Amino acid sequence: MTATENPPSKYKYVGTRPVRHDGLDKVTGKARFAADLDLTGQLRGAIVRSPHAHARIVSIDTSAAEAMPGVKSVVTGADFPAIDPSDSAHDEAVNNIARDEALYVGHAVAAVAATTMEEARAAAAAVEVEYEVLPAVLSIDEAIAEGAPIANSTNRTLFTGDTEPSNIASVGPFQRGDVDAGFAAADVIVERTFTTKAVHQGYIEPHACVADVGQDGKATIWASSQGHFAVRSKTAKILGWGTDKIKVTPAEIGGGFGGKTTIYLEPIAVRLSQKAGRPVKIVMTREEVLRATGPAPASKIHMKMGATKDGELTTIQGTLHYSNGSAKGYAALTGAMSIASYKFPNLDLMAIGTVDNTPKSAAYRAPSAPQAAFAIETLIDEVADQLEMDPIELRLKNAVVEGDPTAMGAPHPKIGFIETLEAIKNSEHYNSPVPEGAGRGFGTGFWFNIGEQSSATVNLNEDGTATVITGSPDIGGSRASMALMAAEELGLDVHRITPIVADTESVGFTDITEGSRATFATGMAVVNACRDLIEQMKERAAVMRGVAADQVAWIDGAAVIEGPPSEGADPVSIAEITAAAKMTGGPLTATASLNAAGAGPSFAAHLADVRVDEETGQVEILRYTAAQDAGTAIHPSYVEGQMQGGSAQGIGWALNEEYIFSADGVMQNAGFLDYRMPVASDLPMIETIIVEVPNPSHPYGVRGVGETGIVPPIGTLANAIADQTGVRMTNLPMSPPNVLKALNER
Amino acid sequence: MINRTHVHCTVNGDEVDFLATDSTSLLDALRTELGLTGVKEGCGTGDCGACSITVDGALNCACLMFAPEAEGREIGTVEGIAQGDHLHPLQETFLEGAALQCGICTPGFLVAAKVLLDENPTPTETEIRYALAGNLCRCTGYDKIIHAVQEAAVQLNGAKS
Repeated sequence: MTATENPPSKYKYVGTRPVRHDGLDKVTGKARFAADLDLTGQLRGAIVRSPHAHARIVSIDTSAAEAMPGVKSVVTGADFPAIDPSDSAHDEAVNNIARDEALYVGHAVAAVAATTMEEARAAAAAVEVEYEVLPAVLSIDEAIAEGAPIANSTNRTLFTGDTEPSNIASVGPFQRGDVDAGFAAADVIVERTFTTKAVHQGYIEPHACVADVGQDGKATIWASSQGHFAVRSKTAKILGWGTDKIKVTPAEIGGGFGGKTTIYLEPIAVRLSQKAGRPVKIVMTREEVLRATGPAPASKIHMKMGATKDGELTTIQGTLHYSNGSAKGYAALTGAMSIASYKFPNLDLMAIGTVDNTPKSAAYRAPSAPQAAFAIETLIDEVADQLEMDPIELRLKNAVVEGDPTAMGAPHPKIGFIETLEAIKNSEHYNSPVPEGAGRGFGTGFWFNIGEQSSATVNLNEDGTATVITGSPDIGGSRASMALMAAEELGLDVHRITPIVADTESVGFTDITEGSRATFATGMAVVNACRDLIEQMKERAAVMRGVAADQVAWIDGAAVIEGPPSEGADPVSIAEITAAAKMTGGPLTATASLNAAGAGPSFAAHLADVRVDEETGQVEILRYTAAQDAGTAIHPSYVEGQMQGGSAQGIGWALNEEYIFSADGVMQNAGFLDYRMPVASDLPMIETIIVEVPNPSHPYGVRGVGETGIVPPIGTLANAIADQTGVRMTNLPMSPPNVLKALNER
Repeated sequence: MINRTHVHCTVNGDEVDFLATDSTSLLDALRTELGLTGVKEGCGTGDCGACSITVDGALNCACLMFAPEAEGREIGTVEGIAQGDHLHPLQETFLEGAALQCGICTPGFLVAAKVLLDENPTPTETEIRYALAGNLCRCTGYDKIIHAVQEAAVQLNGAKS
């Protein structure tokens, strides 16, 4: 297993495609995911969930459940400290286990631990909960309707100081220029309302954890999470414990996409374990995952856009409603903020987040951006149509460059949007004819990416190999990226480096793997630790050769002695330095921590050819190409994988996926048969073009690539459908019945 | 006392015995009684393929079988694909081609792809896509998985000729 093809590069390791270090375990079935772990004496946990979309919990009687065979502990909301609604931890605590109010169908209200899964389930069914059913709010329209019932009695609108309960989570205006003047001067004005349904992240691994509270009262948790330090802090907060009482070990994680940045099970498992005095494992069923974990928000976006006849997009005005589900959040604000790809001198956006009685929404890959991009990219396509301009030329004319403002007003740093647009414009796909009878669509996407806090420790081992220890769960190949950057720094073969993700007591604090930050920010910590080690190795080599430290340079993986008296002496290798470490000062290890600044935004541009079956409404994707600015691709295969995976998720969102609720708020398609994600036969190959406009704030130019790829597909496919049929789809999903309906209304 | 049935079968070439209730799924038995946790549960309803196994050589979802149904059968799981330290070409091409990201669906894909290549050594891209349509992957968009299966087919055919 060696590195395949090395493209010409200024780097020896960065930009190559070595086999990932954790790969062998994953193709042989040995990798340990959270549900694969079993401890001696372990109990199984089961959760009691609300059958009502909205209800007051009058009483919970656990006595019958406690008397059932095999039952060792039962918990309810009363087993956790009350957290004030004004506390930022309140909503997640209540989402883990309800206290007074059940806020959606599937909301956890109690839990049971028993010796077998069957016993736990039977006991969960025997927990008697008396509910007073309350009026439920199930959509954005219902939430904002005059006189609507209050969906969550603890919700207060953010940032307003309002003290009355409300279904509005947040209100955020974004303005610049003068939209009235802009529209007055526009030659073309397009305006539409777009709606999207809640969709799920769809990770194949259901949420799972094992918790074991020892005699000393300390909890050890094995978790499937994008951030085990966050599991520790959130669990500690919900339990009212100190973080020193909890250790979290990251299991392999079977997909997250933002949905495993929040927690659902760990505090319950800890409490059940503490009461029972035995380890407790909880694994969600797929139905529980769909009913009770974070979908991406439903949205309703009204957008109006104005342009001059020579194709300057002058003005945008819009109202963006996003549902946060059962508790407040930032979905609408994030959606409006993501409108950052075009200059728009006049901008007026109102972002309104709502609260209703559907599951509490969670982050999903470039959170809230796909919905907004659907609206923007559709309207730009219409402007291009009306002006008879090439859709890429129109975008090139209006694309943001360094210094242009985002919706928030902050200027973009160095970005590669123009280069990304040109990558598609110059592609073989774009320059090939549209297949007979098919449609071609183009769309773009943007995501900020983030920095945040990371730590890394690099240990040199006695034989000159290295261990790179970070706290960033690897959800898409980031361990290989860490090893590649360490290899480049140290000049050490990438397979002589072992990258691991350590528990909360074995590496410094590290924020969640989110915001496309792991390779960017944690990678910087790894690079800094390696640079520290290189300085140490130069000093050791100087001792070994009897020269001054400033006579030693680090060149191509070895200490090279420069100048008299040992000029011309053989370089000192890492293995020689580590072998002599005991004589020169002891083990060689370095740790670096940082709060990374300078995250590099990433832009993507997608091109799709589709064929709409006008008799059935079925949309077949004939060809799909994705271009994205990665800054620098550390491991190009996994960069392509992020682009392809993001595209496929966006395609599913566009064409088929949706939460379907009954009139009383019960999700009707809580399984993979009916919540229909793309399968292999639904998709063509997804061609990728990696654009590399390096991020000047990262030692290797990394921007982070995880999220942007999900943003363009919806608009891209809607534009392709319009190209063939002339019909503008404005409601998701663009599934056969919805497409057929729109075609029939043509 | 819960009645448990004695089950005798072959798993990855080894004869095994275990006890299971009549309502225990074969998936749970493989994972908990035999420790074969390479067989994953993604849905429990036969929709995701993460628990793909072979039963007398045919592709099955372990979650859709009761454990006692394994009596006398030959069961194959991801743990049996490699021969000792010698990986199957599919395992090699999945690694070389970066055909996995999180890895939770990978065991099921490998089992399903091996069944395909055992039955059809020269599948077209479309045949591969339909043969693997019962296996969900949310990370890769399937692209690199399809390429890895194509490459493994080439390698297997090269080895034969």
